Amino acid sequence: MASIELRNIRKAFGVVEVIKGVNLEVRKGEFMVFVGPSGCGKSTLLRLISGLEDITSGEMLFDGKVVNALAPSKRGIAMVFQSYALYPHMTVYENMAFGLTLEKGHDKSEIRRRVEKAADMLQIRQYLDRLPKQLSGGQRQRVAIGRAITRDPKVFLFDEPLSNLDAALRVATRIEIAKLHESMDNVTMIYVTHDQVEAMTLADRICVLRDGHIEQVGTPMELYESPNSVFVAGFIGSPKMNFIGGDLAQKLDAHTVGIRGEHITITPGEGMWQGTVIHTENLGADSYVYLEMGTEEPVVVRLDGVNSYKSGEVVHITPMLDNIHRFDTAGKPIR
Amino acid sequence: MATEAMAAPGAVTGGKIKSELMQQRVRAARWFLLPMLIALAVVAGWPLLRSIYFSFTDASLNNIDGAEWVGFSNYLRVQVLDSGAVRYRGLLVDPSWWNAVWNTLRFAVVSVSLEAVLGMLVALVLNAEFKGRGIVRAAILIPWAIPTIVSAKMWSWMLNDQFGILNDLGLRLGLLSQKVAWTATADTAMTAVLIVDIWKTTPFMALLILAGLQMVPKDIYEAAEIDGVHPVKQFFRITLPLVRPALMVAIIFRLLDALRIFDLIYVLTPNSSATKTMSVLARENLFDFDKFAYGSAMSTLLFLIIALLTILYIWLGKVRFDGGDR
Repeated sequence: MASIELRNIRKAFGVVEVIKGVNLEVRKGEFMVFVGPSGCGKSTLLRLISGLEDITSGEMLFDGKVVNALAPSKRGIAMVFQSYALYPHMTVYENMAFGLTLEKGHDKSEIRRRVEKAADMLQIRQYLDRLPKQLSGGQRQRVAIGRAITRDPKVFLFDEPLSNLDAALRVATRIEIAKLHESMDNVTMIYVTHDQVEAMTLADRICVLRDGHIEQVGTPMELYESPNSVFVAGFIGSPKMNFIGGDLAQKLDAHTVGIRGEHITITPGEGMWQGTVIHTENLGADSYVYLEMGTEEPVVVRLDGVNSYKSGEVVHITPMLDNIHRFDTAGKPIR
Repeated sequence: MATEAMAAPGAVTGGKIKSELMQQRVRAARWFLLPMLIALAVVAGWPLLRSIYFSFTDASLNNIDGAEWVGFSNYLRVQVLDSGAVRYRGLLVDPSWWNAVWNTLRFAVVSVSLEAVLGMLVALVLNAEFKGRGIVRAAILIPWAIPTIVSAKMWSWMLNDQFGILNDLGLRLGLLSQKVAWTATADTAMTAVLIVDIWKTTPFMALLILAGLQMVPKDIYEAAEIDGVHPVKQFFRITLPLVRPALMVAIIFRLLDALRIFDLIYVLTPNSSATKTMSVLARENLFDFDKFAYGSAMSTLLFLIIALLTILYIWLGKVRFDGGDR
């Protein structure tokens, strides 16, 4: 168990500054997710925590102790890589046991017990004698997670572990990771993803990064319900939050108004706004109606059940005023 | 490559009807292979068969066409002297031949092992990221790019007993007490040849190993870093097993090359029995001594020895040419 503190962390590659002064505290036993668009520095931040990259300036503390210069293997961390990074010439068992066999003070039976325990947790016991190339992508990722568990780390780092899996497997593995977090409640986990759904479903707290800065840190619901900027509002939630500017926003005393698809109702006859249907997507349980109403992107209305609005039809809509997000010219919320 | 192209169509068995696409592929593969097979038959197959044939005749340079079949007598024949003593003659009991075989094997094993070790070191350095790596990579290839005759001549001047720079440096630095006739002395001739060959072919080895090293994904090393694997252990437990396929192929290339070494020795240490190899001896008999049939027998044996060693190496080393087990 470890708490991690980042104090004004900066990282530059040559003249390019990738992390531009990050202050963050990850609490003991917490599941923290770093999320952001590609190039925002989230993977770099994880690599700084792991020790695989040197910190340019600032301080990194594990349990109050500065670890800036500490080797990765001495930080009590385990890492799961996007590409699995399994040793291709070793069996699953050897892959999982390798780290332990190098540490002093573990006898063979203890190593076997720990590997088998981790293998049982992930249901990969029947593959222990196989080579990674004989496994599917999902199985390999489990082995990579198993290797990390075997190390019995204080901090568990995940670098986009699900990106290489297909959609169904991604959901299944996501649930596995959530269960893993529950069963290892004394382990701090940091998870990097560009997928806000993964962030929302897994995280205790989410850290949204943009351009090397922290945009907002908070629980999934905090980010969803009270985003600190237009960027966070647009990044968290699917379908994306609708942004409406111009006169319609002026009437509500804002530069930009944000409203989620589920917070708009179609009101036949009259409504606050009106738009032309350009497309309807039926997903079964709910449906998305895309409206053209002079905004940059079409406005999406999320409705329950199956709906059949025809393209070209003009409909009136009304936003739920309690759920409107108003932003000023700088993209900051007006509260 | 060739075996792969041939093997793939052959894999369609079990009475299955080949699809049209498969048939088309097989036909295309055969057409693409044809030019190479013809070229090989003309420049390698035919001369090889001719050499083998001549080794069973009494051919000489001025009477090649009139050669007559003499069976195995170039290899081994029994001579009964007037005194009644029995003498064995022929290549298989020729001490100069076995000296050449020994020289060749010694040269091949020592040079290839040292080149493999040095090549690995150079490759590891070139695989690291540093400024000017591109230039260094190009520069290191220079010895390999120089024609052997040129580098052999260059080194023979550097190794010269009177005016050579190596003797001069050795004396000035106090490493030598007197000038050494590197290439002429029997004790040092082989060393001289080895030095030049290693200097020349280590870059080639390094390049082949480097190609293998670059196939190893970077994140494996990061995983090892987190596992806390000591760099030395990292090399022996991770890097070496993973470049092994490339290394084995590189070694076999060099081994084939080293076993038929000729030009370097011909230029650097002509006529020294301490360095005379199978190829040098065969050429000497073929053309200088006008023992064309005897030289052909040597060439044939040289071919057999190389073939045998290669098969042994591939079998014992479990070499795979498809890029190993990744």
